Amino acid sequence: MIVASLGQPLLYLLVLGFGLGPVFQSAGKGSYIQFVAPGVIGMSVLFTSVFSGIGLLWDRQFGFLKETLVAPVPRITVMIGKTLGGATVATIQGLIVLIICLVAGFRPVNWALLPVAVLFMILTAVVFAGLGVAIGSRLQDIQGMQLIMNFVVLPVYFLSGALFPLEGLPSVLKFFTRIDPLSYGIDALRNVLLGESQFTPELSLAVLAGTALLFVALGGYSFSKIQL
Amino acid sequence: MIKVEHLGKKFGEVSAVDDVSFDVAAGEIFAFLGPNGAGKTTTIKMLTTLLKPTSGAIEIDGLDPATQSNEARKRFGIVFQDPSLDQELTAFENMDLHGVLYHVPRKLRHERTEMLLKLFELWERRNDFVKTFSGGMKRRLEIARGFLHTPKILFLDEPTLGLDPQSRNQLWTHVKNLNQTEGVTVFLTTHYMDEAERVADRIAVIDHGKIIAQGSPDELKQQTETDSLEAAFLALTGSTVRDETADSSDQMRQMARMWRK
Repeated sequence: MIVASLGQPLLYLLVLGFGLGPVFQSAGKGSYIQFVAPGVIGMSVLFTSVFSGIGLLWDRQFGFLKETLVAPVPRITVMIGKTLGGATVATIQGLIVLIICLVAGFRPVNWALLPVAVLFMILTAVVFAGLGVAIGSRLQDIQGMQLIMNFVVLPVYFLSGALFPLEGLPSVLKFFTRIDPLSYGIDALRNVLLGESQFTPELSLAVLAGTALLFVALGGYSFSKIQL
Repeated sequence: MIKVEHLGKKFGEVSAVDDVSFDVAAGEIFAFLGPNGAGKTTTIKMLTTLLKPTSGAIEIDGLDPATQSNEARKRFGIVFQDPSLDQELTAFENMDLHGVLYHVPRKLRHERTEMLLKLFELWERRNDFVKTFSGGMKRRLEIARGFLHTPKILFLDEPTLGLDPQSRNQLWTHVKNLNQTEGVTVFLTTHYMDEAERVADRIAVIDHGKIIAQGSPDELKQQTETDSLEAAFLALTGSTVRDETADSSDQMRQMARMWRK
C-alpha cells in the first residue's frame, strides 16, 4: 500500500524536479528540487488523508466500520478515531516522502526546525482527513469518488502552490490559491524547511487550525447522520 | 422483546416497508422470509438503529432504536449480510475489539471469547488473520462475535448465504444451542426454507414491503394447504421471479470483490 502510493509523489519530485529545474534556475529562482520538495510532501499528505476518509464509502458497506456503527459507542468518537487514524498514516507517508526528498538532494536550511515541519504536516493531515470523512460520509457510490478526485482533490493540489510560487499570479488564480487550505500547509513547510514563504507562519498556523476544527466538526456532523 | 407497529420506510416515492407490524417474544427464534427486495434488510436496518423509519413505532426490549440508539445497541448483536470483520486482524483480536466496543470487562471478555471460539471450532485458529479464513469460518466468527456481549437479541441477515450444507447445518445447530442455553432471542432472514422450517418457532412472510402471513411453520402449511414450507412460501408469494434493480451497493459489492480478493 505505502509503496504503491509513493509512485505519484516520486514522479512529481523526480520528473518535475529535474525536468523543470533548468527553466526554474534560469528564471532566477534557484533550485526547483528545493522548491518542489515541500509541495510533494504536502501532496502525499493531502492524497493519503483525503482518501482515508473517502474509504468510508467501502468501509461502511463492506468493512469493519459497520460493526462500529451498531456498537454502543457515540458516533463522534468513532469519527474522531477515524480522522486521527487517517491523519497518522498521512503524516507517516509525508515523512517517508521527506526522506526520499533528502535522498534526491533536498536540503533543509535548518535541521533543528524539522519537528516544526512535522507539526505542520500533522495539522495539514488532520484538515484533510476531516474533509475526507465529511465527503466519505455523504458519498453513495463509486462514481462519486472520481468526481471528488477531479473536482476537489486535484484542484486543491494544483491551486496550493505545491508546484509554482504563489507570487505575481493573475488575480483569479491568486484568489483561489488564497482560499485553498493546502496553500498554507505547504507554505508553512517552505517557511520552516527553506526559510522562504508568502504568509507568516502565524497566519498559516491559524488558518490550518481553524480549517481543521471546521472540517472535523463538519465530518463529525455528516458521520453522525450516516444511514445505511 | 421486539415490538413493531405500523412500521413504514419510504425511499423517495418507493415504499420499501409498508405498514409492517409484528411481535417477537423473548427467547423465540423468529424467521423473516421474503423474496429478493421484499424489505427484509430494510426492516433489520431500522430495528438495528442504522436507518430511521418514515412512520410507525419500534420497541427493542422496551427501547426506541431511533431515539435511544446507544441503549438499544447494547441489547442486540447483529450479523450483517455483507462481511464486517477486520481482515487485517486475527480472530481473537476481532473478538477482543468487539468486547472493548461493547464495554465487556476484560476477564469476562476473555472467558467468553474462549468459550465462543471453542464452540464455533475456531479456537485453534484464533491467532490467524481473518483474511486467511474460508467463507464459512468468517461467518462462524461473525456469529460468535455477535454473541460475545451476551445480547438479548441476535439479528442474522442471511447468515448462511454462500455456505455449503455442512457449514449451514453446523451453524444453525450452534445458534439453536445458544438460543436455549443463553435465552437469546433470534431474528433471522434466509432464502433457505428448510433452515427456517428447522430452526424457527415462528415465521413472518413479507412481500412488496407488507407482511402477508405470520405463524408457526405448521400453521403456514395448514393455511396454504401445502406440505412443505417452500411450497407454502411459493403459494403465498407467487412464483414470478423478482427483478431487483441493481442499486449502488450491488455495484460496490462487485468492485469490492475485485479489489479485496
